[in-house]
Formats: sequence, structure tokens, C-alpha cells
Amino acid sequence: MTNMKVLAPGPLSTVQDAGRFGYMSTGFSPSGAMDPTAMRVANLLVGNLPGEGVIEMTMMGMTVTFDGTAVIALTGADMQAYLNDEEDAMPTYTAIEVHKGDTVKMGAAQKGMRGYLAVAGGFDLPLVMGSLSTNLKCGLGGFQGRKLKAGDVLALRQEVDLAMLGQRKTVAENNYPKAATVRVVLGPQEDFFTQKGIDTFLGTWYTVSGQSDRMGVRLEGEKIENKNGVDIISDGIATGAVQIPASGTPIIMMADRQTTGGYAKIATVISADLQLMAQAAPGTRLRFVAVSEKEAVSLKKEEEHRLKQMEYGFYSVR
Amino acid sequence: MSSNKTKLRFLPCGDSAVTVEFSKEMSESVNRQIRYVAAALTEGGVKGISECVPTFCSLTVYYDPFRISAKKIQRKIESVMAGYKETDGQTKRVFMIPVCYQGEHAPDLADVCTLTGLTKEEVIKIHTGTDYLIYMLGFLPGFPYLGGMDKRIEAPRLDSPRTTIPVGAVGIGGKQTGIYPLASPGGWRLIGRTPVKVYDPERENPIVYRAGDYIRFYSITEEEFAAIAAKGGSEIEMREETT
Repeated sequence: MTNMKVLAPGPLSTVQDAGRFGYMSTGFSPSGAMDPTAMRVANLLVGNLPGEGVIEMTMMGMTVTFDGTAVIALTGADMQAYLNDEEDAMPTYTAIEVHKGDTVKMGAAQKGMRGYLAVAGGFDLPLVMGSLSTNLKCGLGGFQGRKLKAGDVLALRQEVDLAMLGQRKTVAENNYPKAATVRVVLGPQEDFFTQKGIDTFLGTWYTVSGQSDRMGVRLEGEKIENKNGVDIISDGIATGAVQIPASGTPIIMMADRQTTGGYAKIATVISADLQLMAQAAPGTRLRFVAVSEKEAVSLKKEEEHRLKQMEYGFYSVR
Repeated sequence: MSSNKTKLRFLPCGDSAVTVEFSKEMSESVNRQIRYVAAALTEGGVKGISECVPTFCSLTVYYDPFRISAKKIQRKIESVMAGYKETDGQTKRVFMIPVCYQGEHAPDLADVCTLTGLTKEEVIKIHTGTDYLIYMLGFLPGFPYLGGMDKRIEAPRLDSPRTTIPVGAVGIGGKQTGIYPLASPGGWRLIGRTPVKVYDPERENPIVYRAGDYIRFYSITEEEFAAIAAKGGSEIEMREETT
């Protein structure tokens, strides 16, 4: 069976899938890919189930080598991957066959923040509590519960070649903007903030801070005015929750967030825009616009429909 | 005691979760209501509801909006609550947690004695003398937010938090007491340590208790600590008792 060996891991490369669900009530973060759309597309391109484990790379890609045949796909941030010493960068959002001795060398993300590498058949790793996602805080899941380092060898579950799979490619969706509008549903605790505070939140531009990580995307900008403080009796934190701590600037809670917390949350980023948050590199400018829950659901439906169409398209090509 | 005039508030959390606020104040009675609804939604297997996270005064319900709407969840919860009755004589699950309150396992016990004006033996007697209700789990996997600590052993948090608290440390932070299921930074005063693993990823059930259960601490010697630790500490005794 083919193995993938890590020659250079990049700053933070971890195995992630759709997330570890069913354990939030005992305090486990769901983990999972920060950009669930890019993860899913990577899997579809190599013929996997949409929630299979992939490698999520942060800001810088990895260098890896294969000791056999495999089909891989790169999605999310374009990390300028080169196959061996070829002159042209490898295309992203395309299924590519690699062979024994091939090396894929990636560099810095051109735009965006997180790149995804999927392999056909998936990585041969044990499910922990129903998921392949790496939970860094607990040191569980993924590859030995940690980020990848040089020398790690990941076995692939099966050997697949392009002839078996059919040529698959799709439009690269990684032209991430330097400034973007993010849609939110107000609540659960928008009543903790003054009208002026809500106007600030919805009316000014914020900048993504370098302090952001898989727990949360921290923003810099104008402080959001509250009525009588932002301390609440701890309650549940959904993905995309816009928490306003005492400092007054927003933190968007992401995959590795705590499951509960004691700061008021002014709004929640809609599912369809989570990929935008995941790909917002430090310095990206964001502003927020409120939509209704109904609109949020119909936007999620559109996104789902688009991805389903893509999936059907791949099968009909065969 | 069957007045359930609880006014529920449904707070939207985007398109795939909703927080149901039962009250603005925590109490054992509110906690029982939350647990009742959580059980009805999860054990009853409502289609489209994936997870429920109980907290002090509310329940966060995660769902798939393609299979169930927020409105429908609201109606379901309201109808569940309409059938809620406070009853006596329920069974409670009590998890027995051995704690060594001696030597290196209890670095802040002397300070807690100074702050409270109690002797070591008195602090231990009081800390082990209550069944603590687990209101919720959060912050870390298996970290229990416990209610019911005796006022006499309240002690403020450390001025500057420790960068690492060992796994199993038992501490007091203000009005609260708890167990650190993982090594973590933290500002609570450490009065003891348990050799049992309240979080064990290798165990079939990584976290043994859930919100609504009780924790009872009992004092063990350093030798007993070492003996339990040597055996792995995966087994935790659970007793079912009638309230």
C-alpha cells in the first residue's frame, strides 16, 4: 500500500475531517476542518466520501513524498505546489496522479489561510470517538493526536489510480478577497449591547488579527458598546459565534472553540460564510451584515445544492 | 411542587443551533428541567437534532436545518415542558472520586486554611461532606461545573494563575470546586489530587459522568493514591441512590 512521508510539515498541518460530534455536552470541541467546503471539495475530487479525513495546512504547505501510486487533490488556499522539479505549479481543485518517488513541495499560501490535501481512499488512521480530526488540546485523533512533523509516514487506505477514478477537476474557488462582507444572524445575546454597539458591529470594518487560530478568529477595530457588561452565565457556543469579550472587539469562535463560555455573543456567522472566516488571513478586512435565520438556511441550501451538483457531475463523467 | 410557569426564551445561534434559556438564575430545579428536555430530545431521537449541550440556565440544541426548523424545535420543547412535573424520590447517580489531600498533592491547602481560618482536617471534612451536583461540563473535556460547595471553604483564585495544573488536581476557585481532567493552565487553589481519570480517551466512555450527576469526594492517603494510580485509574465507582 502507498505511504505518504512528510519531509517538511509546515507550521501547522493536522488531519481533520467533518468534526467529532456527539461529545460537546461533555466538553469536547468538535474540531474538524476550519473550511468545511474546501475539505469536502478535496474529498469529492478524489472520489472519497465528503467528510473523509484530509490534511489541513496553515499559511504554509508541506513537502511530502509518495512511495507508490496515489491520487491527490489540493483545495483551499493555493500554496503553489510543485511536483518534483516541474516548472509549472500543480493545478489546484484537480485530481492528480502521483507515483513512487514523486515529491510534492508546497510553499506559502498566495491568498487565503488554509490549504487542504486529500488522498483517494483516505488515510489509514484510527477513528477516535467517531472522528479522524485532531484535537490538539487533548492530544487525540488525527495522526497520534498531534500536528504533523518531518519524518511522519501516513499510510493510505487503498491504492487508487486515475483510471479507476476518472479525471476530475472543478473551478478553483480560492480567489479569497482582501476585504469581504460576512453575513451573520443576530443573537443569541444581542440584547447585551446598546444600539450604538450594534451599529458599530454592523457599520464598521474590522481587520483580522495575527492572534487568530483554530479556536477563534480575532478581529481588531472599533470597540462594541455593551449595556451592563458582557459577562453572562456560561452557555453553549455554536460555530461562528461572534463573542464580544470585555475588550470590546469580536472573536469569531471556530472549530477548536470551547463548547461553553461566559461572554455575550452578539451574532453568529452563517454556515455558508464559515469558509470565508476560515480563509481570512491576518490583515483581511471584514464587515458584517445581518440576515434572517431563514435567509441563512436558504444560503446554506444553495451551497449544499452546488456541492451536490459537483458530486453528481464527477460521477456522470466516469 | 408542580408549578412550571417557566418562560422559555429561544435565542438563535445562526442557522444550525438555538439556545433555550430556562431562567436567568441557576438552581437545581432549573437544572432538572434542562436535563429533562435534553433527555427528551436526545433519547427520544428527534429527527434532525444532532446534539444538546446543557449549561447552567440553558440548553443549546444543534440541528440540521434541512431536516428540522428552529420553529419546530421550539414547539417540540414547549410541548415537552408542558408535561414536566417536579417529582421527589428520583435516583441520582453519584460518582465516587478519591482525593489525596496530603503533601505534594495539596500545594495550596495550607493557604486555604489560612484564608478560611480552618484546620486542614476541617477543610477536608467539609470538602468531602457534600454531594456536588454537576451543572454542566465545559472549558475542558470532562471539566465539571459543580454546585453546592460549603461557604466556609470559599477561597479566592490565585493572583497569578499557574501555567500548568497537573491532571486530576482538585481545586477551589471562589465559590466553586472542581477537578482538572487534563493538565491545563489555571488559577484555582489546589487542595488535593485524584488518581482516577475522569477523562480517559482509552475508556469506552471517555467521560463517565454527565450534567445532572453528582460527585462525592473521599479522602485517601498518599499510599492509596499511588496504588490506584499504578492500576491506571480508569475505574470510577458509581452509586445509584434515591434522593
